[in-house]
Amino acid sequence: MENYVYIALFAPLAGSLFAALFSQRPKALVTGVVTSTLLFISFVASVILLNHVHHEGAVHVTLMDWISAGDMSIPFGFNIDQVTAVMMTVVTLVSTVVHVYSNGYMDHDKSFNRFFSYLSAFVFSMMVLVMSDNFLGLFIGWEGVGVCSWLLIGFWYHKADVTRDVNPSISPSWAANEAFIMNRIADLGMLVGIFLIYWNIGSLQYADVFAAVPSMNHGMLVTIGIFLFIGAMGKSAQFPLHTWLADAMEGPTPVSALIHAATMVTAGVYLVIRANPLYSAIPEVSYFIAVLGTFVAIFAASMALVNRDLKRIIAYSTLSQLGYMFAAAGLGAYWVALFHLAAHAFFKALLFLGAGNVMHAMDDELDIFKMGGLKKAMRWTYLYMGLASLALAGIWPLAGFFSKDTILEAAFNEHTYGIWLVLWFTAGLTAFYSFRQVFLTFAGDERYKPLGFHPHEVQKYVLWALSPLAILAVIFGWFKEPFMEFVTQFLPAYEMSEHTEHNVVILTVVTTAIALGGIIFAWMRYYKGLKRDEKVEQSLPYRILLNQYYIPILYERVFSKPYAALSKVFWEDVDQQVVDATVDGIASVIQESGDSSRKIQTGNLSDYLKLMSGGALVLVALVLFAAMQN
Amino acid sequence: MITLNHYLILSGLLFAIGLVGVVRRKNLLMLFFATEIMLNAANLAFAATSSYYHDLTGQMFAFFIIAVAASEVAVGLGLLILLYKKYGSINLDDFTIMKG
Repeated sequence: MENYVYIALFAPLAGSLFAALFSQRPKALVTGVVTSTLLFISFVASVILLNHVHHEGAVHVTLMDWISAGDMSIPFGFNIDQVTAVMMTVVTLVSTVVHVYSNGYMDHDKSFNRFFSYLSAFVFSMMVLVMSDNFLGLFIGWEGVGVCSWLLIGFWYHKADVTRDVNPSISPSWAANEAFIMNRIADLGMLVGIFLIYWNIGSLQYADVFAAVPSMNHGMLVTIGIFLFIGAMGKSAQFPLHTWLADAMEGPTPVSALIHAATMVTAGVYLVIRANPLYSAIPEVSYFIAVLGTFVAIFAASMALVNRDLKRIIAYSTLSQLGYMFAAAGLGAYWVALFHLAAHAFFKALLFLGAGNVMHAMDDELDIFKMGGLKKAMRWTYLYMGLASLALAGIWPLAGFFSKDTILEAAFNEHTYGIWLVLWFTAGLTAFYSFRQVFLTFAGDERYKPLGFHPHEVQKYVLWALSPLAILAVIFGWFKEPFMEFVTQFLPAYEMSEHTEHNVVILTVVTTAIALGGIIFAWMRYYKGLKRDEKVEQSLPYRILLNQYYIPILYERVFSKPYAALSKVFWEDVDQQVVDATVDGIASVIQESGDSSRKIQTGNLSDYLKLMSGGALVLVALVLFAAMQN
Repeated sequence: MITLNHYLILSGLLFAIGLVGVVRRKNLLMLFFATEIMLNAANLAFAATSSYYHDLTGQMFAFFIIAVAASEVAVGLGLLILLYKKYGSINLDDFTIMKG
């Protein structure tokens, strides 16, 4: 089995290095094909491992001793348990689809080879993140995905900065830096958490750490839990570190699908699930996680209601669904969080890739107000996006129905009715904005025609490549019971109380009702075509939502600008006046002394002999003086 | 009675004369003479000390110095003649092409 672990882990790395060889060359189809094939191999190995873990239990391998200094010993080890196996399978499956898709999507891009190199490097980092058996390996993967995310958001780095009115994300390189810096802030928290773990337990292996949790001081556990969760908040874009995710949509759409929907942003949820023994021991922090997740769910959904940008709507919906996952994890329903994570990965990747098809057809236009009626030209994409939106809205029998419903049941079961109510209402908002987007894009009048677009469906093989995701978006929910049995071999089981069991039918009906209500409302308003209401669009709540509650502007005013001003002070007053002045002073002293002592080099041997004799005499005098002292 | 001190004082005087010659003279030939004087001052000191301690090592050194000085003068004079042929002068003040 060890070999399958290595194949699953290193196949993407091999693909990345191979593609990197061609990075400076014009497009070579071979890079796309090779990386996709290697990803598929990795996927097959992951499935074999999943099967093995299912029947035989966890696999543990140690690649090498990595850091050993004094008492510290950190092996480079991998542990494939139930959670990891699920994550590996999800990651490699979505990655494979995205790689194949990118062959079509990036067809005309001159940096085709570079793109595949980055994309495979990302998958490798993500695999390190989920497979590591200790916190440090997790952190390496964590930083690796951060770097790849930065590289890929800023993939079109040559685009110039524009103002916020033209493009809220300003430019790809700006968005990439924003994402990277936000994550850096959060990673500091995570690093502190890891230091505290090592400080208190003396090991970073998951097994040792979680075994030591019951005997630890409660206050210290709370501190560690909070710091680790700060790391998770950054990576999973939870409030208040959420602004980077919507701006990350500047990256190519396959990147948004893979990194900023299906895999990387769920790393925070993965961390909380992984550290479940820790979070189970600190219910107050867990409750905070649940409340924050719930808040983010409705907060992000509200911004999605009014946005006109196809990709941003999906980004906010990702944010909202991440909130659901955190809510579930915070309530102790870890397996439900993992289930929603997997289901979400499938339908959200499908939704994004469908949006990519639309962008392709519309020459990178993203404004859904300029689309409409695309269903004639893009029947399959309509089907895929419709399916994905139904799954996202939580309509029976699609994947989202099962996962989201279980989260709501868990909220009900914990008697946290406030959380339940907000999540329930958010489910309605989710259904509304998803179908607002679908109808504005695909149904109604063909607003793109006067603008001179000629939409066309994408290549056949791209559509075929999406089919696994579409199938999973439909059927994944049917495997809820086997999934639960499988992952609860490792994760704590979550039992619904009798009271909840009793009400489960009512809960399901109520949830489905609000989801259907949202869809019907969207249908009534947008199916026939777009009727813009100036009064609504000028109203204050609408503008607040459209401007993301003015949070990016607030951050700019409160953090970016003062920080820039402070940096300017340090630059001009401290760096230039003190540091540079000191260094320049030393240099000019040396230069001037050299200049003045240059005069003794007359070129005349006689002068040199005089100097030499004088020097010798001085030395003799010194020796005599020293001798007389004795 | 001539003691070791007399020899050493003579040697020191000769060395000082040579040193002054090296420093003051501008003619390269004179510089050579001056160095020869300094070398011989050293020889004198070696020979005197050797005889004082009844140890032949010092006199052997003196012979070495004589041999080295002879060969040095042979090479040096050859170079000096070449220099004179090329520039028509052996005055040190005429050779300052390495001025910085």
